[in-house]
Parts: sequence; C-alpha cells; structure tokens
Amino acid sequence: MLTAPEGPHVLRAEVKSLKFWYGKFQALHGVNMPIWDRQVTAIIGPSGCGKSTLLRCFNRIHDLYPGIRYEGEVNLAPEGVNLVDRQIDPIMVRLLVGMVFQKPNPFPKSIFENVAAGLYVRGIKNRSELEGRVETALRQAALWDEVKDRLPKPAYELSGGQQQRLCIARALAPQPKLLLLDEPTSALDPIATARIEELIDELVKDVTIVIVTHNMAQAARISHQTAFMHLGSLVEFGDTGTIFTNPQAAQTQDYVTGRFG
Amino acid sequence: MADALHTSEARIVAASRVQDMVFAVLGITVLLMAMAVLATLVADLMSDGLARIDQQFLTSFPSRRPESAGILSAWVGTTLIMLVTAFLAIPLGVGAGIYLEEYAPKHWMTDVIEINVSNLAGVPSIIYGLLALGFFVYGLGMGQTILVGGMVLALLILPIVIVATREAVRSVPSGLRESAYGVGCNRWQVVWRYVLPAARPGILTGAIVGLSRAIGETAPIITIGALTFIAFLPPSPIQATAPFVNFDWLNSPFTVMPIQMFNWISRPQAGFHVNAAATGLLLLLMTLVMNGFAIFLRYHLRRSLRS
Amino acid sequence: MTAQSDDLTFEALRSSTVLRRGRILARTMSVVLFACAVISVLITTAIIWVLVSESWVFFRQVPLLTFLTDTQWTPVFTNARYGVLPLLTATLWAAGIAMAVATPLGLVLSVYLSEFARPRFREILKPILELLAAVPTVVFGYFALIFLTPLAKQFIPGLSGFNLLVPGFVMGIMILPYVVSISEDAMRAVPMSLREGAFALGMSRWRTAFSVVIPGAFSGVTAAYLLAFSRAVGETMVVAIAAGQNPNLTSDPREGAATITAYIVQMSLGDLPHGSLAYATIFATGLVLFAITLAFNVLGFFLRRRFREAY
Repeated sequence: MLTAPEGPHVLRAEVKSLKFWYGKFQALHGVNMPIWDRQVTAIIGPSGCGKSTLLRCFNRIHDLYPGIRYEGEVNLAPEGVNLVDRQIDPIMVRLLVGMVFQKPNPFPKSIFENVAAGLYVRGIKNRSELEGRVETALRQAALWDEVKDRLPKPAYELSGGQQQRLCIARALAPQPKLLLLDEPTSALDPIATARIEELIDELVKDVTIVIVTHNMAQAARISHQTAFMHLGSLVEFGDTGTIFTNPQAAQTQDYVTGRFG
Repeated sequence: MADALHTSEARIVAASRVQDMVFAVLGITVLLMAMAVLATLVADLMSDGLARIDQQFLTSFPSRRPESAGILSAWVGTTLIMLVTAFLAIPLGVGAGIYLEEYAPKHWMTDVIEINVSNLAGVPSIIYGLLALGFFVYGLGMGQTILVGGMVLALLILPIVIVATREAVRSVPSGLRESAYGVGCNRWQVVWRYVLPAARPGILTGAIVGLSRAIGETAPIITIGALTFIAFLPPSPIQATAPFVNFDWLNSPFTVMPIQMFNWISRPQAGFHVNAAATGLLLLLMTLVMNGFAIFLRYHLRRSLRS
Repeated sequence: MTAQSDDLTFEALRSSTVLRRGRILARTMSVVLFACAVISVLITTAIIWVLVSESWVFFRQVPLLTFLTDTQWTPVFTNARYGVLPLLTATLWAAGIAMAVATPLGLVLSVYLSEFARPRFREILKPILELLAAVPTVVFGYFALIFLTPLAKQFIPGLSGFNLLVPGFVMGIMILPYVVSISEDAMRAVPMSLREGAFALGMSRWRTAFSVVIPGAFSGVTAAYLLAFSRAVGETMVVAIAAGQNPNLTSDPREGAATITAYIVQMSLGDLPHGSLAYATIFATGLVLFAITLAFNVLGFFLRRRFREAY
C-alpha cells in the first residue's frame, strides 16, 4: 500500500455535484470528489455502480452516444474550466485528457502510427519531433525496448499486455493533464497485469491518474486515494489506506471485506 | 436391433430420415439445375462466338458485313462510360453511406433517406433511362453523350454502393471509434483516418459489384437514344501537349458493348448472331471476372476479420 | 521528463489554428456527406417529376379511362389506339411465369441452404449463385431467343419464335439468386430456440423448416417474393429480345407480346421527336411501370423491416 507523498495535495481536477443521465435513466446522483495532482485515484464499487460512467465523464466519451445529459461540474485545475459544460467542445476535452480502455484497442496501423495518432490530431507533422515524442511515450510506457526495432510493424502483432501498454503510450504521447484508465487489466493475464501495475507506479511521478477497477486488491496496491461508489452515488472518498482499513461507511466496510459486490 | 425396427417410433425415425434425404436431394437438384442453366449459357455462347473473337473483331468498327464488323467503338465506349460511372458513383455512394451510418441523427429525415435508397435499388433500370432522357438529354440539353451515359449508370448503381458502404462501415468495431475519439479526433478525422481504411475492402467489393452490373446494363443506355452504329472513336482523354488531359470525349456520342450486342441480335443474318455471341462472351467474361474478384475480396476480408 | 505539460491549456487549444482548420474541415465534410445522402432523395423526386411532366402531353390527349381500358395499343398507326392493357398483360404474363419458376425453386433452394447445407458448403454455394445474378441481361436475352426458344419449340407445339414462355422462364432463373439471398437471410434470422423446440418434439429437418422456420420467417420470405416480382416486372432486355415487340392482348403465353419495357426500348430505338405524342407514350407507360414496382418495393421494404424488428 502506498503512502501519500509529503506535503499538501495540489488539486488537478474537482468533481462538483455531477449528475449524469442515459436518456431517462439517471446514472450519477451528484458526485463530489477531488482529483489530486500526480496521485493515483481509484474508483471502485460493484458492477453497475456508475464507476465507469463517472470516469467517462472526464473526457466526454459519453458524447458519442445520443440521449445523454450532464449536470454539475468537472473542473480542471488550475484554469477551472468545466469539462462537462455543453459550451466546451468535447474534442478539446479529449485533447487534454487521455484514456485507456478495458480491452486493448490499438488502431489497425503500425506501432509508430498508433503512438503518433494523438500527435497528428494536434497538427504535429515534423518528423524528428514525432519520432522524439513517440520514443518518449514508449519509454514511459516501458515498451520502448520491446518494440524499438519494429516500429513500422502492425500493432496487432504485439501480445495483449504489450498492446495495452501501447495504448497507454498512445494516451501519454500528447502529454495529457489527466490519464484515465478504465479497468485496464481486466482483459490481461496476471503477469501482464503486474507489469501494468508497476508501470502505473512509475508513471504517477509525472502524470495524474484516475483508474476504475473491479479488483479491490489492485486498488489497494496501486492507488493513493480511493472513491467507493454504489448505485450512482459516491459513498466514501479518502486515502486508500483509510478506505481499506478503517472505512467510515458500513457499505464500504461490507464491500472491501467482500460481503457484497 | 431387428426388433426395434418394428416399433412405430423406429418407423417414424426411419421415415423422417428418408424425408430429410429426399429434401436434401431436391435442394441439390435445384441448385444443379440453376448451375446447369449457367453452364449451358456459357457453353452456347462459346460454341457460337468463341471462334469469332480475334484481333480483327477487337479492332474493327461496326460494318454492314458481319465478318468485317468489330467492337472497337463499343469496348472503347464501355471503358470510357465506366470511368465516368466509377468517378461519380463511388464518391457519392460512399459519402451517402457514411452519412447514414456515422452522422445521421435518428429522425424522420433519415428514415425518408433510408426508405428512398431501398426503393431506388428496386427501380427498374429502364426508368433510370427515362429519367436521363427527360432530364439530362432534353431538360438540361446535354445530348446523348458519354457523360450522360456515365451519369445514368452511376445513378443506377448508387444504391448498391450505398448499401455496401453502410454494411462495411457498420462492421467496423465500435472500439476503434472510441479509441479514435479518445485521442481527440473530430468526427471527420475518425471517419477518414480510421473508419474508412477499415471499411475499404467491403466498400471496394460493393463498388466492383456495382460496376459489373453497370457494364452489362443495356436498357437505360438504349432509352437515352445512344446510337448503335458508331464508326469513330471519341477524342483521346490523353494528349501529347499540356495539360495532357482532354475532356472533349465526355461530350462525344458513343455506343457500348451490350448495345452493340443487342443490335446484332436483332438482325436477321446468322453472321451477326455470331458477332452477338462473341460480344456476349466478352461481356460475360468481364462481369464474371469482376464478380469473382469481389467474392475473393469478401472471402479474404472475412478471414482477416476472424484473425 | 514530464508528461504533464502545463503549457497545454484550454486557451492555447482554443486559439490553435491546426484545431480550427480541423474543425472547419469536419464541418464542411458533414455538409458534403449530407448532400451526398440527399442526392438519393433528389433522384427519386426527379424520376417522379420527369415521368409525370413528360407524360402530361399524353394524358392531355388521351383520357385516363381510355388508357386503362382500351384493348389496343397502336400509337404509331394512323388510326392510333392508346390502351395500355396489351402491354400490361404481357408484362404480367412474363413476370407471372418468372414467379411460377422462381417461387418453388427459390423456396426449396433457400430452405436447403439455410436448414440443410453445412456452413462451409453454403459459403461456397452462395457466391456461385451470385455469379448467376451477375450475367448481363442482354446475354440472357440472347440465350432465350437463339438457344432456348428453338429448343423449346421441339417440345411445345404452337410456340412462336417470339413468345412469353421462354423469356418468362429465363427471368425466373435470373431472379432466383435474388429470391434465395433475401429469403435465406430471413430464414437464418429465425432464432435457433424455435428450431430446438421443433427438434425436441422429434420433427425431421424439413418438417421443422416448413412448420417452424418458414412461418417464423414469413414476412421476410414474402418480402423476397414481392421484391423479386417487382424486378421481373421491370426487367427489360430478356423480354425485349425474346418476347417480340408486337403489342398483343393475349391469353396464350406461347405467343409473342410486347411488355411495357419492350415497348419503351422499341420506341427509343427509333427517332422520337421531343415533345411529340409518341415521345410522351414512353413516359406514360413508364409511369405505370414505376407505379407498379414502387408499390411492390415499398410493401417489400416494410415487410422486411417488420421482420427484422421481430427478431
């Protein structure tokens, strides 16, 4: 279990009375929580509790589907722009907030093209700059040594764990302010999972991470803060150590000790 | 076992097995019959026309004497018409297909477009000919040119391209779209960089099937009043001097292979029927090769999706 | 090395020219793509407009009642008669014969493909059947006139050189792949659980097919036949070549008779002065053809859609 770094936390984002609807179904009922800078925040809870829904608000990926509605705020510090504001272009939000999905989903292109995808969108065309940033991102994702000799090869040739690290590199390359991980290891074997967890430990020195996981042991191992959700509401938020050893709410207690979920 | 055969259950089982067998044989018979028609057709064309296909046939203009007639103007016309058709139908059809799958909101307007495309696919080809005659030839005063011929065939195969594009785009996994939006692409970037490349084999298949249909189409071209006796070639699309391309051919009169064939069938002399068979054989060869290629592409596509 | 760059701000993104250009392109393209989709609607509108406006001349001179009830179609004779019935009956005869061929064969074949054939075998058979659909219709016309008709004459006494029987049969074979592909799709969409129920009662395959699968896929199969009929009605070259070009109100399919499509082809081959009554006749008859096919297509579309929604 990690201990929070010394000194006061710096705010990276703040969720304020966030409500969310899929059509008529309300999936989030007024969530409030901070996201601290360069920390891992884990969101846990039973299936259907809204943890992925909450995560997907951070980069407005919900906007791909019709009939959705946000209310409340997700403010990105230090500017304080509300990411879920209708006036804000979701594309801009996604340029600032990177995301890695449950199943590794590299593009059907080369390894290099995958990592550079987010850079092209930002208009970076200079070959040497692209190469430099692709290398940096692949090194950060601990994949460089494995792929440096086959950057032009199709990404599909990589193993599942490598593909997921490639997706992490793809999200890191544009230097996001937040990195969202949506159950990133649920499709991976234990060894690949361990590598991703080590990687998260390393990455958090540079980037703020929010991770959704159904694996409580994983949340306990890798996160600094934990948010426990149930039925679309945030039940409890706090330091991971506190949540797992001394939770305030009875529901949290039941969940982390495995009595329901 | 011998006793069991006498029980009524065993008799029912045996009877239903026989019934199934009979039906399976019936199914295969029908299939073989359909294949036999195709085989007979090919054999008939070959016995009538194969010997007629030679260099003279391919490089001569039509003539009053069957043995010196050829299909030069017809195959050149077919080639140029197909160029125009492909150039118009593919971008338009792919655009409409993408709009319907990736952009269209779910409301009445989309419903109208959808019913409309499905209906267009069933409109008889000769009706497209009447449309072109009334609208392009006389309404817009464009005359019976290669451009009009290409346009009418493009309209005709548009539904085929649209439907194929929709199917290909629909089969692109949604995870690919999510990850593309996830890196900050806007809708057009997602479509252009990720969805279209993934859908390309399916779209290509549809385009080839559509063009192969257009190559054999006769009725709409007859209806616009294309000539059946063309003893000259349209101006060349390529020229030796700048700008090296020339679009005068678009306004040239033309004939195409199916029309030439139809014309020869309607003559009483048997010699022309031989010419018709030879032309039909070439047409058949072209469409079968195109369809074979499309089938191959689809097969290949399915295998690559599975892996 | 820091991944979290603080110079990347909302303001910077908002004023980025690259992003602005991207947004403009995206917006332009959404308009362009919408235009592509709208063109398909314009085509239908244009078809209706052209057919109606060009046949206006005709219906001003020939009363609709005469057009629909007169039994003679002789527009180029000095004593011209304008009854569409001969063309219409020939059209329906040819399409009817085609359906008489395609319905039983199509039913057997689609049941065979969907219920009997192994998947591997089916994957080979379907493309071969599609090749049959790829044959140009003018080639089918040649086949009907030059090969099949002389052959059929030996078996069918009184068969003329131009007749409705042989082109009708050829059209039946021609639309067969179309019927099979739609109705086989419909049959395969019937949920496996229905079949399992029938098999559990001890039914044989073909009994399951006829008592569970076909009733389950009924609207889809019906749609296949409606769409195929519409296609047979609109088919041109086979009848134009092999059924003759003589308008003939007949009850004997061994005789030749011009269908609507054959009439339009015949007139188009001659010199048709724009705006003349003869010119208007092809649009008037075309309008009848379009109305028939439209009715069947729309009916087929809704039946098919209802079927898709059912499962």
